[in-house]
Order: sequence, then structure tokens, then C-alpha cells
Amino acid sequence: MKEINKMEIKFKAKSENESFARASVAGFCLQLNPTIDEITDIKTAVSEAVTNSVVHAYPNGNGEIIITVTLYSSSLKIEIRDFGVGIKDLEKARQPFYTTRPDDERSGMGFTVMESFMDSLDVENMGSGGVKVTLTKNIQENKEKIKKLG
Amino acid sequence: MEIKYRNYNNVLYVMLIGELDEHTAKYTSKTLDDLFLSTISKQIIIDLSEMKFMDSTGIGVLIGRYKKMKDRGISIFISNPSYHAEKIFKLTGLYDIMPKIS
Repeated sequence: MKEINKMEIKFKAKSENESFARASVAGFCLQLNPTIDEITDIKTAVSEAVTNSVVHAYPNGNGEIIITVTLYSSSLKIEIRDFGVGIKDLEKARQPFYTTRPDDERSGMGFTVMESFMDSLDVENMGSGGVKVTLTKNIQENKEKIKKLG
Repeated sequence: MEIKYRNYNNVLYVMLIGELDEHTAKYTSKTLDDLFLSTISKQIIIDLSEMKFMDSTGIGVLIGRYKKMKDRGISIFISNPSYHAEKIFKLTGLYDIMPKIS
């Protein structure tokens, strides 16, 4: 798989930045000419991963998130990295409706949404601290999207 | 997030305009609670035709409102969800507690 482009953004783990993060990633991915549905899938998955880091990674409220996006000819890879407290039980965290904050009106569906909207999801606790979420998605080739009107 | 509402024929119509995510969740929950708790309607319709984006945080917001209204005998319905909002609703089973109406 040949890498054709790559970008990285770093921002504070604040909910104000969620909209910026998903819009930036979506904007970069437009080069692959995705459909509107594919772009919305990507925005939603990025929003879920960033929300996790904003809500859970930094109990003291101060930290950073780095997103790296790599584009290939017909797929893309998005890595969302924080440097916070990590996830205690990865297996549980990925189960639908599991949340460590039930009183907070949290649905516990973040990883389930990422998994079903993207083609692959990988979650790792990093040795150096924090969590890395890796998402990939295949983008269908251009020619299949051309439709005759009328 | 902008929220518009009107009462019509004993039904409270609420329209969510904008993006529903972690950043707007608290404001949205609080505003909806104030509206819902002051209504005499037994039915609430949430119109999502102007909702530009929603992630699973939005599901938390909706389920939270459902739990609060259930004990008061008030039903909440979803109207005009985007294709994408619908995808999340189906994945999470939201329609089981907040049916879609046309």
C-alpha cells in the first residue's frame, strides 16, 4: 500500500476542539474523493475517539491530543493519540453500552460506533502512557461514484 | 446548538439546530430539561431535520431525557433524522424507547 499523503494535528484535549478535529480530518480526506456518507462516517468516528480522550484521559483537565491521518490510494488510516491515564480494561471498554460514568448520561457506545462506521478499529494502551486509537477505512474508487442524471 | 420549540395541539415540538457532541451536550440537556419540565403536553416531538452532526454523546443526551420524562408519563418521539443520525439510532436501539414518527 503506497502512502500518498499524510498530516498531523495537535490540540488541547478540550471539547471545544472536537468540531475542529473532525472537520480537519474530514477536509484532509476529501483528496480521496469519498462520498458524503463516507465523510460523515469518518467525522463521527473521529468525534467518538476525541470525546473519549477529552472525557477520560486527563482527570486534571490538562493534556493534548495528536491526530495523524495517512492517505493511501483507496484507503485511509487515522490515529488518535492521547498521553493520559490509559484504559484500565480494554476488553470491557469496547463492549456496547459499557461506561465508567453511567451517572453522567453516557451511552457507552463510542467504540461500537467507531467499529461499525469504519473498516477496522484498534485500541492500545501505550507503554509510554496514554491511548492510541487506530481507525482505517476503505474509500471506494472514483469511477463507481459517477452516476448519470435523469 | 440552537433550540426552537412550539406548542401545538397539546404536543411540544422541539427542533435541534446545529451539532450535538460532547461540547454542546450539557447545554442541550439543560435546555431540553427546562422546556420539558415546564410543558403540560404529554407528547414531545424532537425534530432533527436541522441537526448537522451527532455522535454517541447525543444518544446519551436523548436517553437521559427519556429517563426523566418516563416517570411523568410523557412520551418522546423522533422526527426527520438524517441518514446518519438514523444509523446511530439503529445501532444503539434508541427507537425502542423513542419511536420515529413521520
